[in-house]
Amino acid sequence: MTLAVGCRARPGKSRDNRTGSWRVFKPIFDHEKCSKCGMCQTLCPEGCIHEDAEEFFDPDYAYCKGCGICATECPKEAIAMKQEEK
Amino acid sequence: MMEITEGSHAVAEAVRLCRPQVVSAYPITPQTHIVEDLAGFVANGRLDAEYITVENEFSALSACVGASAAGSRTYSATTSQGLALMFEVCFNAAGMRLPIIMSIANRAMGAPLSIWNDMQDSISLRDSGWLQFYAEDNQEATDLHFIAYKVAENPKIQLPAFVCFDGFILSHTYEPIDVLSQEQVDKYLPQYNPAEKLDAKDPISFGMYATPEYYLEFRYEMDQAQKLAKDVIAKAGKEFGSMFGRDYSAFVEGYHLDDAETVLVAMGSICGTVKDAIDEMRAAGKKVGLLKIRVFRPFPSDEIAKALSKAKRVAVLDKNISLGSKGGATVIEVRDAMYGSTTPVKGYVLGLGGRDIRKKDIKEIVALCEKGIGDQFYGLRKELI
Repeated sequence: MTLAVGCRARPGKSRDNRTGSWRVFKPIFDHEKCSKCGMCQTLCPEGCIHEDAEEFFDPDYAYCKGCGICATECPKEAIAMKQEEK
Repeated sequence: MMEITEGSHAVAEAVRLCRPQVVSAYPITPQTHIVEDLAGFVANGRLDAEYITVENEFSALSACVGASAAGSRTYSATTSQGLALMFEVCFNAAGMRLPIIMSIANRAMGAPLSIWNDMQDSISLRDSGWLQFYAEDNQEATDLHFIAYKVAENPKIQLPAFVCFDGFILSHTYEPIDVLSQEQVDKYLPQYNPAEKLDAKDPISFGMYATPEYYLEFRYEMDQAQKLAKDVIAKAGKEFGSMFGRDYSAFVEGYHLDDAETVLVAMGSICGTVKDAIDEMRAAGKKVGLLKIRVFRPFPSDEIAKALSKAKRVAVLDKNISLGSKGGATVIEVRDAMYGSTTPVKGYVLGLGGRDIRKKDIKEIVALCEKGIGDQFYGLRKELI
């Protein structure tokens, strides 16, 4: 890949930057406790939490940086941060 | 057509002839007349451009960055503290590879406040990636704008450029100028039509984020573009010469250089004074010459080394000082260009903050250089220190 002059980029370029590698703590979502309120999705600064067909929420670990905001804000304490071994 | 006109008016007219589509600037002495004229041209219909009035220089150049990224030919002008306020935007404009042209009516940097001439402002931005041209007189100051656009907008270069000319000494001086016609300029400078621009229908971002894995290569590419610009400047200067009779293909110009024992190296309007002093010294049998540097970025090291190869001694005049170093920016780079040569290269920091430099001063510097005295401020008022 050669560099784009002036670091110019087409939309979607940030998807190439898979920020999941930054993560130390991994959020684990417990659907048993989840009330499907969607706070985690609303507050995720990475925008990597998506709703599935059953209206549960799950992060895309390719981009989740492990910031833990979802776990802190979850009113049902349904998200646990677990240290990841790499 | 020859006209007796003020430097700033001549520059404004040259910029008008370049057909910029967006002009944004903030008035600051001694640049003011240029942007007053351009605002007038836009208001009275002589220039079909957007004139964006802003609250300061940071916004002026930022407006130019946006307009240039959107594909417009863009212009600004400033000096001194105004340029300092643009510092961040200067690096962004160069990094985004936007061919903005900006006139710098060179002025000293405060504090202490000085509205008078030296070159500290633009020299202090030598590492920003902008091409830097320096004019000796107002004809050159106007002509360099056409060349600057031609070079900056070349798809291989895509870098912004300063056209620098001494504040007051040139900007407020009336001289005869050959003013080109619109037909002539249109033939030389085609419309700006960049391959990539901001367009809502085909979105693109400029100057994105580079992690440590990429940043070094971006700076390398900018350095390569600067080096490539040498060839492009030479061609653009030659073409200008063949069309209008004034050839700007050379980065440096010699005056009585061939048999000169002492060679003065200088940039800007001081070269006129140096030439007059050389005429008088030559009449008195002294073999003195001048090497004028017109292009400071890219720096013409090889051309300077070649031009100075026959000199017995070199005196470099700097209207700037890299405080705490061995002198002004020019002498440091000239000495680097001469590395390996046994020719002594002496630097003289002079004329700061508008201190007048006359023929007698040039003669005194030559005498100092002959005695091996240099690498110092010239013309200090000893009673004050």
